[in-house]
Amino acid sequence: MNKTMPPEFYKLMEDIQAVDFVLVELSLYLDTHPDDYEAVQQFNYYVKQSKELKKQYEKQFGPLKEYGASYSTYPWSWDDVPWPWQI
Amino acid sequence: MWYYEKKLEYPVKVSTCNPTLAKYLIEQYGGADGELSAALRYLNQRYSIPDKVIGLLTDIGTEEFAHLEMIATMVYKLTKDATPEMMKEAGLAPHYANHDNALFYHNAAGNPWTATYIQAKGDPIADLYEDIAAEEKARATYQWIINLSDDSDLNDGLKFLREREVVHSQRFREAVEILKEEKDKQIYF
Repeated sequence: MNKTMPPEFYKLMEDIQAVDFVLVELSLYLDTHPDDYEAVQQFNYYVKQSKELKKQYEKQFGPLKEYGASYSTYPWSWDDVPWPWQI
Repeated sequence: MWYYEKKLEYPVKVSTCNPTLAKYLIEQYGGADGELSAALRYLNQRYSIPDKVIGLLTDIGTEEFAHLEMIATMVYKLTKDATPEMMKEAGLAPHYANHDNALFYHNAAGNPWTATYIQAKGDPIADLYEDIAAEEKARATYQWIINLSDDSDLNDGLKFLREREVVHSQRFREAVEILKEEKDKQIYF
């Protein structure tokens, strides 16, 4: 149940969580402030950061998202990395 | 369509196995002002709300599911190593008798989740005011649980969730103002 992962896994996961939280927060802000140009610029900047971090993560540890939103490893490894509540 | 992402919105840590804290925390899982109620309330209201705020209800409703997963993770970690004896001491014998250490959608007093916890009036102001109230009640509940908890690792996650309630409440208040402005415009045209 509680597989230990290499330190790089925990580091990347935390970096992704930090960047993706900025994106959650900016999304809600932009829902009620759609004309804030600076916020949109910030949003797109962090979208790029998030994509880069996830590319790095997925190359080493397999897919973060289901249904084809992430590329698959061979063999299929959806179950291999611990689930969020097992970390 | 939704996509699951294999990560928590915010890291969840707990210091020790503590079924007593899990018993309180389950309020935010299957209670009236908990995360399940929140997610289902907003995602259901969005079909009949004016277009200007559908995006907000969709995004907040989706975030609530991420919070539900954080609460589940907390409860799971607080109880996964608990023996039947420990569950009994925490007042969780009735839960254990029915569910072993599985999670279930009920509140801290053991009442199962019910759709009567949420409303959909079809009136945008009535619905958004309910949503603001729900966020404030959830914020207060997080505060009461933090007051009961001596687990500083757990409290870090709970404080994050408490702050999210504040932000959601703020965004819903802005949504009310957006709808009022829209309504005023319509009077002149």
